[in-house]
Parts: sequence; C-alpha cells; structure tokens
Amino acid sequence: MAMKYNWDWSVVLCRAPEQAAAVTGGSGAQLPGGVSALAGGAAQTFDTGAHCAQPYFDWIVSGLGWTVVVSIFAWMIAFTVGSVVGVARTLDQPWVRRGATAYVELFRNVPLLVQMFLWFFVVPELLPKETGHFLKRQLPLPEYWTAIVCLGFYHASRTAEQVRAGIESIPRGQTYAALAMGLTTPQVYRYVLLPVSYRIIIPPLTSDFMGIFKNSSVGLTIGVLELTAQSRQIAEYTFNIFEVFTVTTVLYMLITLIVSTIMRFVEKRLHIPGTIALGGN
Amino acid sequence: MIEVDKLSKWYGDFQVLDQCSTSVAKGEVVVICGPSGSGKSTLIKCINGLEPFQQGVITVNGVSVGAEGTDLPKLRASIGMVFQNFELFPHMTVLDNICLAQTKVLNRDHIEAGERAMQLLNRVGLADQAPKHPAQLSGGQQQRVAIARALAMDPIAMLFDEPTSALDPEMINEVLDVMVALAQDGMTMMVVTHEMGFARKVADRVVFMDDGRIEEDAKTDEFFGAPRGERAQLFLSKILTH
Amino acid sequence: MFGAFDYQVVIRNLHLLWDGMQITFLLTGVAIVGGILFGTILALMRLSRFMVLSFLAGRYVDAFRSTPLILVIFWFYFAVPIVVGRPIGDLYSVLIAFTLFEAAYYSEIIRAGIQSIRMPQIHAGLALGLTRWQTTKTIVLPQAFRNMVPVLLTQAIVLFQDTSLVYVVGLKDFLTAADLVAARDNRVVELYLFTAVVYFILCWLGSLLVRRLQRQYAI
Repeated sequence: MAMKYNWDWSVVLCRAPEQAAAVTGGSGAQLPGGVSALAGGAAQTFDTGAHCAQPYFDWIVSGLGWTVVVSIFAWMIAFTVGSVVGVARTLDQPWVRRGATAYVELFRNVPLLVQMFLWFFVVPELLPKETGHFLKRQLPLPEYWTAIVCLGFYHASRTAEQVRAGIESIPRGQTYAALAMGLTTPQVYRYVLLPVSYRIIIPPLTSDFMGIFKNSSVGLTIGVLELTAQSRQIAEYTFNIFEVFTVTTVLYMLITLIVSTIMRFVEKRLHIPGTIALGGN
Repeated sequence: MIEVDKLSKWYGDFQVLDQCSTSVAKGEVVVICGPSGSGKSTLIKCINGLEPFQQGVITVNGVSVGAEGTDLPKLRASIGMVFQNFELFPHMTVLDNICLAQTKVLNRDHIEAGERAMQLLNRVGLADQAPKHPAQLSGGQQQRVAIARALAMDPIAMLFDEPTSALDPEMINEVLDVMVALAQDGMTMMVVTHEMGFARKVADRVVFMDDGRIEEDAKTDEFFGAPRGERAQLFLSKILTH
Repeated sequence: MFGAFDYQVVIRNLHLLWDGMQITFLLTGVAIVGGILFGTILALMRLSRFMVLSFLAGRYVDAFRSTPLILVIFWFYFAVPIVVGRPIGDLYSVLIAFTLFEAAYYSEIIRAGIQSIRMPQIHAGLALGLTRWQTTKTIVLPQAFRNMVPVLLTQAIVLFQDTSLVYVVGLKDFLTAADLVAARDNRVVELYLFTAVVYFILCWLGSLLVRRLQRQYAI
C-alpha cells in the first residue's frame, strides 16, 4: 500500500469551533482527507470539506505555554539550588564539599528520563504514607509539579558545576585581598567572588537555560502536555506530520532565539566597564 | 607591635619557612628582601593569617594570630595589606572598592565611608578617578587606590607584598612616593620588596631571607654598609649593580 | 520503608533487562561512531573556505541543537517512513535520528578542538610543502583528537543516557525493558531504582575513566 501524503499547512491554524466556524464553514467531526484517522488504520477516504476536527492551534498554544511555564519554574529551582551546591563545592570544609560533590555526581549520572520516573512513580511510594497519599491523590496537576522539580534538580547539578568553575577561575589574590580587609568568608563570596563569577559564566548558563526548554519535552512521558506532546498528539489525529513537526521545531528555535537575545541583553547590562572579556588575568 | 617567634611552615613535605623570628615595633618600617622562593611572601601572608602555619607564634598588638579562638576578620581589619597584583575588585568602582570594607566590616554609614574614601583618594592623588572601574586605570593608579583602600580601615600597621613588582618602570615611583609619605607620617610598615632605594630612604631595618630562613636582620645602614652574611652580600651585589 | 519490596523481580527478569541493555549499547555505539565521523565532516565544512559548505553545516548544527531529542526521534520515527515510501523498523529510524543528532553536538566539540591547534603548527606543515588537506589530515586532526578525547568521552556518556529516550517510541532498550517488567509485575519501585543504580554505576565509572585520561593527556 503506497502511503499518500496530503500537505495541509492550515491544519495548525484550526481553532475551537466558535472561532473556526467562519473559516471552515462548519463544525463537526469531518476528518482530514487522505489516510483514515481510525485507530485500526483501515483505509478510507473522506470528503475533504472542513478539516478541523480539533482545535489544533489551541493545542499548540497550550503546549507552548506549558513548556514555558515548566521551564521557567524549573530554572528558578536550578539556579538557586545550583548556586548553593556550586558554592559548597568551593568551600574549605571537606564534608560540605563532599556532600555537594555527591549531589552533582548523583544527578549527573542518571538519565533525566529515569529521574523523571523516579520522582513521579517511586518517590511517593518511599515517603511516609500521608505525604505519599497526598502526592498521588490530592495534589492538583501532579505531572507538572513533578516535571518542574525533576528538571530543577537535574539542571541544578549542571548549574552547580558552572558556578564552581566560575568561582575557581577567579585568581586567589582576590580572595586574599578581600580576607585581608577583614571580610568574613560569606562576605567574600557575596561581595567579591559571586558578582564576578556570575558574569563569567553567563554563556554556559545561557546554553543550560536553553537546555531546560528542550528537556521539558521529557515531561511528556509522565503526562505533561507540553509542546512536543501536543504536536505528537496532533500528528496522530491529522497525519499531517511534517507540517505539525515543522511548526513545533520552529517554535523551539524561536524559544532558543528569544532566550539567547535576552541573555545577551543581560550580559551587556552587567558588563564591567574597561574589560573586554572577563576571567583570569 | 608585630612579633614573629620561631615561625615554621610546610607545604606537605616541603618546608617553606624555617624558624623565622623578627619583630616590627610601633612606627618602625621594616623591609624584607631576598631571592625569589625565599619565603618572604609566605612570611608576610602568615602575619594576618592568610596562610596557616604549623609552628611558632605570631602576635599582632598582643593578639596571637595562630591561636584557636582568635577572631581573624577582626584582626585583619586592623592590619592593612597591599598586594603585588593590586587585587582591586573589578566589578566595583574605585570609590566602592574603598568603601566596601568600611561599611561591611567597620559598620560605618555610607556617607562617612564615602568622605573618608575621598579624603584618602586625595592623599594618593586620585580623587578624580573615584567613579571609574579598576580596568580603566593604569597599574600605578590601581596600586595607589589599593593603598587608599587599605588605609580606609585606619589600620595600626600596613603589610606590603611586593607592591611594585608588577608595575611598569615608569609607574614605580608614583607608588613608592605614596609609601614614603606614609612611612614619614609614622605608619608601622612591613614591606616585601626589591626596591633598595626605598629601603635606604625610609626603612629602619632590613631583613634578608633565603631558603625560608632569616639570614640577616640589621639596621638599614649596617645592612647596606657591611652585611655580615655571605648570601646577603651576594644578593646585594646582584641587585645593586642595576 | 524498603522492606515491602520484592527485589527478586530484578533477578528473575535479568535476561530481558540484559537484552534491553544490549540495544542500549548498540544505539550508543552506532551513534558515537556515526556521530564522530559525520561530526568531523560537519566541523571541517564549517571551517572550510567555501561559504556554501560553511553555511549549510552551520544551519544543520543550529537546527539540531535547538530541537529537543524527543522531537528529533519523533521526526525520524514518523516522517522517515513517509519519505522512503514504506515502513522502516523502529531500530533503524532511531539509529538514524541519534546519529544525525549527536553529529551536531560532536561537530561543535571537534570544531573547537581543531581551532585550538595554533596557527604556527599549520604554518609549519605548509612550509614543508604539504597541501592544506595533508596538513589537516596529518598534523591538525591527530593532535586535535588527542586533546579532545576527554570531551568526546564525556559526550559519549551523555549519549548513553540519552538513548533512554527511545522509550517514547517503544523501542526495547534497557529502560523500556525495565518499564515493561515493572508494569507487567507491578514492581515499579524496584525496577526503576535498579535502572537508576545501573545507569549511575556505568556513567560514574565512565566519568572516572575520563578524569584519568584527562590527567594522562594533560599537556
């Protein structure tokens, strides 16, 4: 059986019936032309009048929205936890250092998907009964919270490494000078090491930030209806696979572009006058 | 004021300081010189506890540096230190560099700190550079700001770790002039340096170190006139032919 | 807390899990080899003097690096059969997807490695009478690869973890096999923990190896 492909870019513009009525000329379960949409796959052709069986456009927008929301919340966790762990890796106390190293190694050496399953399926079972019960039954939108927490802690380990590298790239003399003035160690980090370190690591932080947006797609395995999930769903409904996936890919590229533009703006604002590039002398 | 008694330090198995003993009295200016690797930078960093040490006793104004309960930040706030690479904080303006420790350690309010900072910048001749960032200044200017930054804490003594070694020749004098003025005002100073002209001019004593040991510790005239040790003589002859 | 769990389920299903692991190793191996080969070509294209090659390679790398891997897997799983005209096995579409995806990442590593070889080295080769291509082949690439080994290996470890994503198309790799057993025997906790532990040990050992090599290769 030869597979015939019907190109139809307008599929992605399908809105909910009230909006779509004017465009498609009617609501109703008319299915896309070409290959049948029946699960069984028996070949049937339908009259291609109105082709919007579902509000695909709305699905895409909703998916995009969830991708952005999940990613941003995950980033907030990743940045705070990662900064703490990264700083901890540079401290003198050996147990603090080892604990932080253990964190990084743990979250770095297990695939994100496995971590996602652990958070969603295993953690509720291992917690005390009431907490587990709450997580499984009563927490609204459990997949989304899980995805945020999972992505957050995963990317925190990468952020931690970048923060550590940034701090370690600052010459020791700076720490000595700060200590020599009587600043305590927390003050040294707060006023001297971290302000410079964060500026140094803006590029790798940016690419990690973009990574979160891409990794949010892993949430689809536990039911997060983010962008990739929605596009896969549309593809299964309409069989207009190329169009849908192309739009989705373009949207991800757009996200990447926006993120890098924002970060370039941030970098400019934080630029230290007189320097060409930061880092060690 | 500063007493160093039988100071010894090891990095692992390698001994960097061997039974060093010396002192700096109030108002005295002591210059420490010696070949590279002699331990002079390490010695001066031990005085304010930046480098830990295994044996010996260091007291500053009666406070023991190596003792268990010593409040090191408080001690360090009372001693000023100037570094070879200036170590100004690049992300802050000159003014903020000088105000940072005043506000965060001495708890002075911003206005008082700012006034003191401008006073000191005037003293070192750089009042107009206050709003600039370190990267916009020359090396000599940065080092003078660093001196002002240390003085802003109203220290009882100043430590200098090769303050002119990283400077281009034409800028060395502007920094030395500030240090000479400081000495003549009566500041207690311990200076690690190769600048023998400076030593001859303002130092009360010269300490010569080699291989982690203090080989010579004499009044300036004695040191330059007739050093007792062979190594000191050798060192002087190498340096002074410039 | 852990007492109520039945860890024997892992032992009983070891053969299924091992079959899955073999698929994982296969995917990883093919993607590494293919990714490095194609990645090298892409890197050379980006660094070439011909603007067309450089542009095409650049857009390829940008495209694959801004797209999530799951989406790339879907692309090749759903779209390739349409292009080719007939259904392709899961395994082949996934192999293609991974190789092309990793090639983009490898090409960036390799490009950085090549660019780290200082110009004087290249000049020395040219001065001896070697052509540009000979210089690249005999002087630049060997040195570049030697420097890059730690980073290439780290990417390989990342790749090894990424293969778990074939779960989304149901290909029976290690994770999917574990998941199937978990669902069938209703032993989710034991299987997922086991999977996590296995991945952790393998990846951690891999990273120790990388660190050892970094010390040995350090110039």
